[in-house]
Amino acid sequence: MAQKAIREADGKRMMARLLPEYTGCKFSMKDRYVTVGPDTDLKKLPNKYKWLLKEKLVVKPDQLLKRRGKSNLLLLNKDWKEAEKWLKARMNKKITVGKTTGVLTHFIVEPFIPHEQKDEYYFAITSVLEGDMVLFYHEGGVDVGDIDAKAAKMLVPVGEMPTAADFEKKLLGKAPKDRKKLLGAFFEGMYKFYADLNYAYLEINPVVVVGKNVIPLDLAAKLDDTAKFVSGKKWGDIGFPSPFGRIRTKEEEYIDMLDGKTGSSLKLTVLNPEGRIWTMVAGGGASVIYADTITDLGFMEEMANYGEYSGNPNAEFTYLYAKTILDLMTKKPNKKGKFLIVGGGIANFTDVAKTFTGIIKALREYGDKLKKQKVKIYVRRGGPNYATGLKNIGALKEEIGLDIEVYGPESHMTNIVSMALKKGGK
Amino acid sequence: MAAKKTTKRSTIAKKPAGKTTTGKTTTGKKPSGKNTYELFDKSTQAFIYNRQVAATQRMLDFDYVSDRKTPSVAAIINPTGKDGLEKFFFGPQEILIPVFKSLKDAAKKHKNVDVIISFASFRSAPKSVEEAFEIKQLKTIVIIAEGVPERRMKELIVKAKKLDRVIIGPATVGGIQAGAFKIGNTAGTIDNIIESKLNRPGSVGFVSKSGGLSNEAYNIIARNTDGLYEGIAIGGDMYPGSTLMDHLIRYEKNPKVKMLVCLGEVGGVDEYNIVEALNKKTIKKPLVMWVTGTCAKAFKTDVQFGHAGAKADGEAETADAKNKALKKAGAIVPNSFDDYAQKIGLTYKKLVKSGVIKPAPESDAPKMPMDYAKAIKGGDIRKPSSFIATISDERGEELYYGNMSISDVFKKDIGIGGVLSILWFKKLMPKYACKFIENVLMVVADHGPAVSGAHNTIIATRAGKDLISSLVSGLLCIGPRFGGAIDGAAQMFSSAYDRGLTPQEFIDEMKAKGVNIQGIGHRIKSIHNPDMRVTVIKNYVKKNFKLTPLLDYAVEVEKITTSKRDNLILNVDGCIGICFADMLRNEFPKETADNYINMGALNGLFVLGRSIGFMGHHLDQKRMKQPMYRHPWDDILYMKD
Repeated sequence: MAQKAIREADGKRMMARLLPEYTGCKFSMKDRYVTVGPDTDLKKLPNKYKWLLKEKLVVKPDQLLKRRGKSNLLLLNKDWKEAEKWLKARMNKKITVGKTTGVLTHFIVEPFIPHEQKDEYYFAITSVLEGDMVLFYHEGGVDVGDIDAKAAKMLVPVGEMPTAADFEKKLLGKAPKDRKKLLGAFFEGMYKFYADLNYAYLEINPVVVVGKNVIPLDLAAKLDDTAKFVSGKKWGDIGFPSPFGRIRTKEEEYIDMLDGKTGSSLKLTVLNPEGRIWTMVAGGGASVIYADTITDLGFMEEMANYGEYSGNPNAEFTYLYAKTILDLMTKKPNKKGKFLIVGGGIANFTDVAKTFTGIIKALREYGDKLKKQKVKIYVRRGGPNYATGLKNIGALKEEIGLDIEVYGPESHMTNIVSMALKKGGK
Repeated sequence: MAAKKTTKRSTIAKKPAGKTTTGKTTTGKKPSGKNTYELFDKSTQAFIYNRQVAATQRMLDFDYVSDRKTPSVAAIINPTGKDGLEKFFFGPQEILIPVFKSLKDAAKKHKNVDVIISFASFRSAPKSVEEAFEIKQLKTIVIIAEGVPERRMKELIVKAKKLDRVIIGPATVGGIQAGAFKIGNTAGTIDNIIESKLNRPGSVGFVSKSGGLSNEAYNIIARNTDGLYEGIAIGGDMYPGSTLMDHLIRYEKNPKVKMLVCLGEVGGVDEYNIVEALNKKTIKKPLVMWVTGTCAKAFKTDVQFGHAGAKADGEAETADAKNKALKKAGAIVPNSFDDYAQKIGLTYKKLVKSGVIKPAPESDAPKMPMDYAKAIKGGDIRKPSSFIATISDERGEELYYGNMSISDVFKKDIGIGGVLSILWFKKLMPKYACKFIENVLMVVADHGPAVSGAHNTIIATRAGKDLISSLVSGLLCIGPRFGGAIDGAAQMFSSAYDRGLTPQEFIDEMKAKGVNIQGIGHRIKSIHNPDMRVTVIKNYVKKNFKLTPLLDYAVEVEKITTSKRDNLILNVDGCIGICFADMLRNEFPKETADNYINMGALNGLFVLGRSIGFMGHHLDQKRMKQPMYRHPWDDILYMKD
């Protein structure tokens, strides 16, 4: 539940659909934006969208990527034949942008809009505590530079609806005289669009003026997904894609699926499957701190996963969650041995004994593998029934000979991390 | 682990006594003059918005171990319910807390209440806050729900500032002022509250975003200092109603708070306001602070941690940058969370050494009575039960009739006869017996509209009564003259047989007593015009029962009686009763079988079977919309003595 980025095509389609409504029909846009995904049949596409064959086109990845032009990920002013070739060459290809490597899976195709550099402007709205900050700069495009320093800014205080005149007066000082009225009216409508649809961020760079029309060329946006119950109908059928480069492993997807099945929370991100430090931590806040401590103690490279379980999941779910992690961590032995941190803070109302039942069952199942691969297990937890839970998990030492140490609230939450890492981390 | 001694028990008497006490105390009085930096004190009372029984009880439990004189919950607002009262525990006693449908009404009656804790869902939480805005006395508003839209929240924040209200939340567990006031579910179980010494004030002011981690922090603080003074979890949203800074400033102003402890988080810029306050010396008390999320750099793509606001937007919002800035501004920043506790401990010791903090002597908390359910679960207590049942059990995964699960009842197709056999006689009798039970039910199911029971049912139905009343009106006729002969026949015949009387001796004995033999004689049917019902049953019994001594005996008796008068036959009641007694004697030891008859099992058989007919007559009359029946005068002989 947070601000979530949407695809450029979804944002533009939403504009095309709703702009007349929010501008009193002063502005309109044709809905000519097509999303091409891994399953799109490129051959059939022009049957559905006839304009693809008539117009010159723009094609670019639509995966929350920035600076696509600079990364050579932009096809401009070409016909469908060339666009098709370009798409085929890039679909499902692994690329690296900056430090991030990911696979190209989604593209936006739209008509090429001929215009001059002087018709490009920068426009953005971002949410701040006091209201919304509207940014304008009389030059737009990729080379706009440090927009935070350059742009004209206008704060729209909470609950206010600025008029075109307000924008003209407070924001459009540097806009060409003959376009102030047009841009003012457009911004008035766009602010209404932004506010009413619960956007949290909207950046159009550049937005271009062609005759009496204002057209978004590049758009990036975030919606407040908690407002789905208010604005969801107007959003239409949209998704919230993962950031570029986040490739979900089979195990991560499995945990996502389990997470969807329970009212509790189960999360797993595999950072480095060869890492020697694995965590199975209860609680969203605590899990971050465990990961922090591993990082702070200098073992970032050895940290195998990030994840958490919380909200009192039943033993069946903690079992499946633990099993997934144990399976991942015992896939490949490491001569130096491994660590499993079964951590957590002092629960408010999660029944520790109950959630541990599932973890214990999984540990039993993987007992032989864990012993063979010299996995040292550290446990720390507090909360309702913690004494019983700790006693049960500690008993695995005697029962099946696991190398396990168990601590309660008397021990600092992250103590087990330093104990583990100091003993044999390096 | 709940507590050590019970010396404070004597104070209970002063607490709201008995069952009629309500949560209010200082009705009519304005809130006590608190300083602006205090949101709560030991007499603070709150409204709980939305009926939250468990959270309310946890607040009251905290009140009790904190030695509060009054419960911290004055009333519950249940917008979808009705006005009323709800029972809660206050220590060992039960008290009543009023429930109001309208917040306005509650506020009118409880003018001292200045805190409202809204458990409304993310959809309706904003509305509950707007309602609270309209009531001047409600100075502090807590929003528990997660997922309140950000734009809506910003509106509420602006409005709250204008109206001079404090909002805690959304997406929070709340907070706690040690020994004074606890919001909702904060700080977990009562054991944890005692262990973390939250039932009496210490010197540390704490604030964080996370509710879960604040509980951990209270434990750390309890172990390394003289304890918590107040702790607030502001919630993980992008736009919290009050910020880390807001609460730190309150603690700074509060002379009872001697040191500040704070847990920040990656994302947002709130921590930089703290940096500025440190630089400007608006915050002068020692501040131990750590910003979590330093691991974010280990992730190759952007990571959204559990909280909505926990996402770095630019370098400045990273945990590393914030920790660095805080340290530079003079906060005590550990190297990692690992030595957070140590830093807190050292800071505390310095304050004790310099005389700023003078640790108060410890006293024990009042003993918290254990919940019955928990004590039973833990095997700590036992109690004799008031009831015992041996024929069925609905508590498990599946309903059981005796030892048979309901799915087996159908798999084995035991029929209604089998079910009756288990529930009445506690064992599944063989097929022939179950079938016999069903035969009996079928035979007695109805005997026309004219018999007294059916007639009564019809009269009641036509008087406009419902099914149950009409049925019962018919059933109440069953007794010695109507339907009771089954029972009577079984008893008389088996007694005579058991005493070794010959049929003739039995008849003579009854004659001498002047008693009719139950089960003998029919108004219409006779030896030449047999009752088909009797024939059917007799044939079945002779064919399927192993032994039929009582039936054989009865047939001998019938031979003698019919030789005197044609219609002195073994009638259907007699036949059923005697055959049933034979069946029971085939399946059980004689005493058990007799016992069932004495307990009235045979009567039950008639009641059960005939109910089918009575209900049939009821439905029949209803279907035909039969009017009220009034018996004609000319059919009644009116006369005076």
